[in-house]
Amino acid sequence: MSEHEYIPKSKLGKWFNDRLPLLTLANHLTDYPTPKNLNYWWTFGGILTFCLITQIITGIILGMHYIAHADLAFESVEHIMRDVNYGWLIRYVHANGASMFFLAVYIHIFRALYYGSYKSPREVIWIIGMLIYFLMMATAFMGYVLPWGQMSFWGATVITNLFSAIPLVGESITNWLWGGYSVDNPTLTRFFSLHYLFPFLILGLVVLHIWALHVPGNNNPIGIDIKKPSKDTVPFHPYIVIKDLFALLIFLLVFAFFVFFSPNILGHADNYIEANPLVTPAHIVPEWYLLPFYAILRSVPDKLLGVIAMFAAIFVLVILPWLDTSKVRSAIFRPIYKQFYWFLVADVLILGYMGAMPAEGTYLLIARVATIYYFAHFLIILPFLGMKEKTIELPLNITDPVLGGAANPEMTKNNLKHRSDL
Amino acid sequence: MSDSDKKKPNRRDFILTATTAAGAVGIGAAVWPLVDQMNPDASVKALASTEVDVSSIEPGQSITVLWRGKPVFIKRRTQQEIDSARSVDLKDLKHPEKDEDRAKDPEWLVMLGVCTHLGCVPLTDKGDYNAWFCPCHGSHYDTSGRIRKGPAPTNMEVPKYEFVNSNTIKIG
Amino acid sequence: MKNFFKIIFFSILLIYSGSQKLYAENSDELLKVDWSFKSFFGKFDRASLQRGYQVYNEVCASCHSLKHLSYRNLAEKGGPEFTEAEAKAIASNFEVTDGPNSDGEMFERPAKLSDRFVMPYSNVQEAIVANGGAYPPDMSVLVKARMGGADYIYSVLMGYEDPPAGMELDDGVYYNKYMYGNKIKMASPLSEDIIEYSDGTKATMDQMAKDVTTFLQWAAEPHLESRHKMGFRVIVYLIVLTILVYFSMKKIWSRIETKV
Repeated sequence: MSEHEYIPKSKLGKWFNDRLPLLTLANHLTDYPTPKNLNYWWTFGGILTFCLITQIITGIILGMHYIAHADLAFESVEHIMRDVNYGWLIRYVHANGASMFFLAVYIHIFRALYYGSYKSPREVIWIIGMLIYFLMMATAFMGYVLPWGQMSFWGATVITNLFSAIPLVGESITNWLWGGYSVDNPTLTRFFSLHYLFPFLILGLVVLHIWALHVPGNNNPIGIDIKKPSKDTVPFHPYIVIKDLFALLIFLLVFAFFVFFSPNILGHADNYIEANPLVTPAHIVPEWYLLPFYAILRSVPDKLLGVIAMFAAIFVLVILPWLDTSKVRSAIFRPIYKQFYWFLVADVLILGYMGAMPAEGTYLLIARVATIYYFAHFLIILPFLGMKEKTIELPLNITDPVLGGAANPEMTKNNLKHRSDL
Repeated sequence: MSDSDKKKPNRRDFILTATTAAGAVGIGAAVWPLVDQMNPDASVKALASTEVDVSSIEPGQSITVLWRGKPVFIKRRTQQEIDSARSVDLKDLKHPEKDEDRAKDPEWLVMLGVCTHLGCVPLTDKGDYNAWFCPCHGSHYDTSGRIRKGPAPTNMEVPKYEFVNSNTIKIG
Repeated sequence: MKNFFKIIFFSILLIYSGSQKLYAENSDELLKVDWSFKSFFGKFDRASLQRGYQVYNEVCASCHSLKHLSYRNLAEKGGPEFTEAEAKAIASNFEVTDGPNSDGEMFERPAKLSDRFVMPYSNVQEAIVANGGAYPPDMSVLVKARMGGADYIYSVLMGYEDPPAGMELDDGVYYNKYMYGNKIKMASPLSEDIIEYSDGTKATMDQMAKDVTTFLQWAAEPHLESRHKMGFRVIVYLIVLTILVYFSMKKIWSRIETKV
């Protein structure tokens, strides 16, 4: 992004940089002009990078002690928990880390939804982000299978059985996924292999995600383009680095609380019972971060359509940049969208809650209404709203409202309200 | 950054330094578990000792047992072997050690069957001293397991062991 | 910024209480005990752990295995902390199969500290047959494997009652107020003075149930004490660092007009 050509000061640096411009890259990353008015919702990108690295490091370590075999997996996890030096710490960080990762990614996604970060020219960033999210779910699901407890086994059985809904080839596909006629040792070993691989795919996509971000630059709470980089932006280092670090530490406090004082609260007790193909647990629930999709799956009475609806719920997010027809990015200037946004948040929370409840009676009814609303939000409300909604006039640049110096009094009121967000 | 660097350290610079220092301490503390997890774990440490029944070993015979994943040679030496081990002049040895210190009970020699060169297992009753010979790089050991010829730097190691009773040796 | 942290704080609270609620879903009516290991600085009651081992050994162990534990664990820090000699003596009461020896035969020998707890049955099928079709679950992680955890185990031990009028029970099935489905195939394992505590404590039902539950909590989570201790240090450290970083951030952002 920096317009000036970077030339290393030292001779050696110049020699090296002419051959591999790593120093130019480092310089670009530290000088990267970032809008000054980013609020704390923007710190989750850095937090997510931290989460990914933590999961990869702790995962590699667990892989040194874990044994991917149906007869030994459960025992090897207990070996990690009891005998390996700090094994309990590393496993609890990894297990709770998955939850923290999803917590952060949901905040990150909903931030993008609120401030319209998926809109032109940032569609590719958004689509790569959705790919990352999808891979995260696959990785987390396969990771949950590895301890080979009851929830591991039956979760794997239920989720892989989704593919049996595909007409004609469904059964062949599930047998192919399992490497047998049920979830068993071959399934476990391939899940382990893929669970090890996928995080590195995610890492690669994260690089692309950031690369794609650095082409147009960050969106910002006001949602308008940067007019004068010298006035409206600050260099990434040290301003954004220290701010991200501060937010990360707050995040780590929550993380540490779970790891040290409630390490099993986000998991399910049944997963401490060894897998038994003869007994199904009374309630099969996925991890909390998959619950909204699970609710959508169960609210459709037809097997195949349920699976389609579940995948459609993700796909609809992928095409979101073309569903939202409004040219205005930030919800701050879209009073009606802002309300629908909060309806969507509530809707997803409701879906999550229903996913954890038994699929019967009132629960099922609420889940169905919430499912319909979820799709209506993206497929009906957003396209129409973009055409009809009367938006608030946008400021001329991001600096004025941040400093509270807007000429338009109506604007100032909004800005003041907005400033409290910062 | 540059203008504050030039000034004398003041309270605010102190905060940056303190933050960096505290952060570095934290990273160090966080890295330790990641390193320590590769050390022998509690179940491995618990297997530190093993007991061996030696009642059926005749003079001149030796057995090899596994201890901590390594071979241990237990040799019941003949009088001739003891004499040849004890008559050596210490000056002739690359790694001078008295046989009396290596085998408390002269009849029994207990040592790790690992060549001190690069960790191969020496062959028994072979080599120039008709004792142990490492086939990997040609190290010759005498009847006390001491290095006499070849690249190995030191004698074969004697582990901690004791006779629990006249028939049983506890290693470790 | 204020709003931001408010929202974060409340959503965390929501998630936490939500998960707590799901976790404790059908344990609302469980008997609650003020366990010493529960709080922020929670530790085990050493004497209770030692008595709990005695209850396990004399009552539970005839049917329930503890296969992920070794005798050495009994002497480890943060556990019952028997002395090494005591733990060795305990281990030597059990016979384990070892081998093959130099003749290629398996042989029996007294257990050592490094051996796993000896299991009452050689395989699951044998355990099922010996117990009228119900498998007595392994107890190594039992506390973590039941919603409600320690409270649940304690409640089931204390929850044997006569069935309500009109409820027919098959032979070998017992009524338990807190068991899932209220039917259990294990007869009430505890009764007054069924054992004689070596430390002289009176072996009431309540005392034994508490002791053995404490013991099982330790068995499931042997590093609980060091986890609490380390957790406290980590949190204190993070708070200090957060404050330092906050002021560093203020200082760095003071170079420009914008507020952070």
